[in-house]
Amino acid sequence: MGNDALNVEHSSGHSAAVFRETQDSEQFRRLKRKHRGFVLPVTAACLLWYFTYVLLAGYAPDFMATPVFGRVNIGILLGLSQIVTTFAVTMIYVSYANKQLDPDAAAIRDRLETKEGVR
Amino acid sequence: MLHLAVTAPAAPGDPVLNIAIFGLFVAITMVIVFRASRNNKTAADYYAAGRSFSGGQNGSAIAGDYLSAASFLGIVGAIAINGYDGFLYSIGFLVAWVVALLLVAELLRNTGKFTMADVLAFRLKQRPVRIAAAISTLVVCFFYLLAQMAGAGGLVALLLGINDRVGQSVVIAVVGALMILYVLVGGMKGTTWVQIIKAGLLIAGAGVMTIWVLAINGFNLSTLLDSAVETSGNPAILAPGLQYGLSDITRLDFLSLGLALVLGTAALPHVLMRFYTVPTAKEARKSVVWAIWLIGIFYLFTLVLGYGASALIGAERIAAAPGGANSAAPLLAFELGGSVLLGIISAIAFATILAVVAGLTITAAASFSHDIYASVVKKGNPAPGAEVKVARRTVVVIGIVAILGGIGANGQNVAFLVALAFAVAASANLPTIVYSLFWKNFTTQGALWSMYGGLASAIILISLSPVVSGGEKSMLQGVDFAVFPLSNPGIVSIPLAFFLGWLGSVLDKKKESLEKQTEMEVRSLTGVGAEKSVAH
Repeated sequence: MGNDALNVEHSSGHSAAVFRETQDSEQFRRLKRKHRGFVLPVTAACLLWYFTYVLLAGYAPDFMATPVFGRVNIGILLGLSQIVTTFAVTMIYVSYANKQLDPDAAAIRDRLETKEGVR
Repeated sequence: MLHLAVTAPAAPGDPVLNIAIFGLFVAITMVIVFRASRNNKTAADYYAAGRSFSGGQNGSAIAGDYLSAASFLGIVGAIAINGYDGFLYSIGFLVAWVVALLLVAELLRNTGKFTMADVLAFRLKQRPVRIAAAISTLVVCFFYLLAQMAGAGGLVALLLGINDRVGQSVVIAVVGALMILYVLVGGMKGTTWVQIIKAGLLIAGAGVMTIWVLAINGFNLSTLLDSAVETSGNPAILAPGLQYGLSDITRLDFLSLGLALVLGTAALPHVLMRFYTVPTAKEARKSVVWAIWLIGIFYLFTLVLGYGASALIGAERIAAAPGGANSAAPLLAFELGGSVLLGIISAIAFATILAVVAGLTITAAASFSHDIYASVVKKGNPAPGAEVKVARRTVVVIGIVAILGGIGANGQNVAFLVALAFAVAASANLPTIVYSLFWKNFTTQGALWSMYGGLASAIILISLSPVVSGGEKSMLQGVDFAVFPLSNPGIVSIPLAFFLGWLGSVLDKKKESLEKQTEMEVRSLTGVGAEKSVAH
């Protein structure tokens, strides 16, 4: 990594052609597509959901104060639901990564590290 | 921030007991740090703990690093006094971890070695990018560190009943000296263990208090909220608006803060450095998952504790106590469990400061010695052992600067520095991290424009804002050059830094190495050639 002597150790055994070949391979392109296809839209959705909440809190405090049961109001439920969705997204991503991303990543890594001698 | 009334009543509880419990924490962690440090030989040992921590351990350490005294005492106090708006604050701190989990943690672990700059400089020109990343790292760590150390002074008044400046300065110096010792001896391994133990204590302590408060209220959230309203006589504490809903400026200010919180967390150098302490990207992922659960549960506790303090003690009594809003959690502990529980919570608060400053110091030292000394000054060829030696010396220097800065800033309104650290991280670091991992045509010029533009705009805007001059609570009194109305620069500086990164890249006549881009992309997604853990 890097273009200085600091990281010479990494470059040993790495050939640019091997990386180029890997990047062009169908398996890697699928991995990249699956990774970006998940993380980019999900991050965007989470940010959108968070800023919806912040804007409601700032500009619609009366709506947030609407009681739902007892003293618990929409604001408190929406706040708690932010925590719940954060937990949910975390678990969904872990299961997606374990099933959809890790096998491909491991296969490519093993191939490069054993057959091509890339450490 | 802590507004100490001159005629503050004595702190409740028993200062000797508080010190004794804290002393016990220090003694136990010292033994662990000394035992853990026996294998500290190489740079990978010193900076990254030999990459030998598990995801669960690292996740706990991340929680220990992230949950500062400000987020424990500060958020409980904010909810107790301003109600819902304090809660709003904690949501941003948690949601931010989604960005770290999805966009940063694993890719960073796969491509970097010790510091944030390793990733940013991977496929760009090493020298200028490393220098910019190191400057931004040092600035973020310095702001954060100063806020923590200055906060320690207020905490001393609150928890130990020491109200004179000399006494407080001595305690700040002791905290700083302990921190230097931990980091010097224990390196990343020692720092990590301090953070793990502190996270366990903090979450357990807050958990016990939470269950206690809920038990008093029949395990019914509505009953708790009801008694909070009854004590305060103000139903408005259950809805947003008391703090941030005052005017259009305050609303915009909160939006700006929210932006900095959610985008800054995943770019805080001391958080990023923690991802190198695990053996693989998968463990880095597990670390964030652990951190999200621990931090999320902790913020749920603070909601109960904040309204609990509001119900059992009342906002007026909290505001009048030494330490003001920050005294809500300690007063609640005293109310529930007398001086013993107060002693435990006080010790945890000190342990919190210690663990957070240790994490910041090792990050700043690593950035200086690895990015500036080894990579730029020595052009990547430092003498064997020299890099760690420089890192250790830097730790001492930073520690002394932190002590002096903490003593100097004690009693000043510097709480805004934490929010500023997040804003700088979100402006100077995040755009470059995201672009270099996800955008093929990103260039060195784009990185430099974005990093320096983000850093400069955040700092310039904050100096022209009411937190520095022109307001009642400003840092400087008697002058007014506040032309920027918001106390949080993120809403301007973050989009600006993203824009500059794009503009600098498309205008750059020099294209970056396609080979490096290919290598980085393959390595970031597969973990080929990633740094392995050190076997002892």
